[in-house]
Amino acid sequence: MNVLIDKFDVFAGGFWLTLQICVLAAIGALILGAVVAVLRISPVPPLRAVGTGYVNVFRNMPLTVVMFFAAFGLPALGSNADFLRVPGLEAIFSRLDTDLPYFRFALIALVLYTAAFVCEALRSGVNAVPAGQAEAARSLGLTFGQNLRYVVLPQSWKASIVPLGSVIIAMIKNSALIGFFGVVGDLSATADQLTGAEGYAFIPVAIGISIGYLIMTVPLGALLDRIEKRQAVAR
Amino acid sequence: MTTGEPLIVLDAVNKWFGPLHVLDDVSLSVGRGEVVVVIGPSGSGKSTLCRAINRLEPINSGTITFDGQPLPAEGKALAKLRSEVGMVFQSFNLFAHKTILENVTLGPIKVRKEKPAAARERGLALLDRVGIANQADKFPAQLSGGQQQRAAIARALAMQPKAMLFDEPTSALDPEMVGEVLDVMTSLAREGMTMVVVTHEMGFARHAANRVIFMADGQLVEDAPPNEFFENPRSERARDFLSKILTH
Repeated sequence: MNVLIDKFDVFAGGFWLTLQICVLAAIGALILGAVVAVLRISPVPPLRAVGTGYVNVFRNMPLTVVMFFAAFGLPALGSNADFLRVPGLEAIFSRLDTDLPYFRFALIALVLYTAAFVCEALRSGVNAVPAGQAEAARSLGLTFGQNLRYVVLPQSWKASIVPLGSVIIAMIKNSALIGFFGVVGDLSATADQLTGAEGYAFIPVAIGISIGYLIMTVPLGALLDRIEKRQAVAR
Repeated sequence: MTTGEPLIVLDAVNKWFGPLHVLDDVSLSVGRGEVVVVIGPSGSGKSTLCRAINRLEPINSGTITFDGQPLPAEGKALAKLRSEVGMVFQSFNLFAHKTILENVTLGPIKVRKEKPAAARERGLALLDRVGIANQADKFPAQLSGGQQQRAAIARALAMQPKAMLFDEPTSALDPEMVGEVLDVMTSLAREGMTMVVVTHEMGFARHAANRVIFMADGQLVEDAPPNEFFENPRSERARDFLSKILTH
């Protein structure tokens, strides 16, 4: 078990990189998922079709395949995803700005894939709001956007928060794939490095990595439980 | 009472729910200031008729005209039309996350862009009018059914609508609360509000309605002044319906 102490800096570095991509991917997936959810519940049929098509594609495709498309498809299209090199943002998330684009490709794949699940979690919350609430809002003359903003969404997020938490936790665990798509040094890739190149025993390394993921997922789960309990009182 | 061109006109309106012909060639016109009560057995299409007037239920064929304009399809024009037609639901549908006063002022502030202070003042006056000014800062769940329905009426009136639609407004209420809601509706009718009321309250139909519409199986079977309808129903189905509800 000495590896946990001797190679603490390697674990910590892997943890930091995984945390970075997870924070960025969570923000991206929440925004994109919200947009797709609005498309899916919009009164305009073509917009609904776009939203439904998006969910059908990205919810049903293995994340590995999405990663392949990002890592090989984007370069084939001539893109290095340089639009993600946002000034300011790359000061904190330095990997966004490296010349090797794999961090950005992996981020795009995680966002695209997770957004489909975020969309469905948000939509399940919207469906939990009684239909009469939206009907009353429409009958007053509120537009679709006003209806969502003032009546439906303020009531729906309560029902969304638990499934949304599960989606983000799943995303953190899914991020373990990025090491296989050219991203050097994330938490799961440290296993390869320490057991393959440096010859440490696998099980202690795996324990170290598990602790790293649990540090991210357990507090998130606990936070969600707290939020849920507080609502239960409010209700 | 009725003056000029009618406010609401339905012409040969048809609607199907799958194979169910829920509105069967319905034509009806409601004059300005007129109070029309729609009665009939459940499943006769009377709620659908009421909801079709502000397009909460789209229709399959025929035309509906409000204040000289055909009902718009979707979008801003439809939202504007709906803002001019108040609607009161069987299950109140007050916004559960907003106080009673916020329920009443949401439409005026967001749809009509009124100043919050002015909307508040008028909202309080309306709540006072329906007798629940002292409940203004409570949430819907803290009120009785009768109080909630009166708040819902105030919410609809806050938009200063040209007409009010009532979709079985007292059917979800405990019996002792029916009266307080009907009192508010009766006073509205007396003040000349154009109203379409789907209800089972025959007393209200008798004393507040200008006309009674009897519907069965999606068809408009009778259209008569209340006295004539209750004393002398022409159709067998109306006689049958009245005998069932008036014998107890």
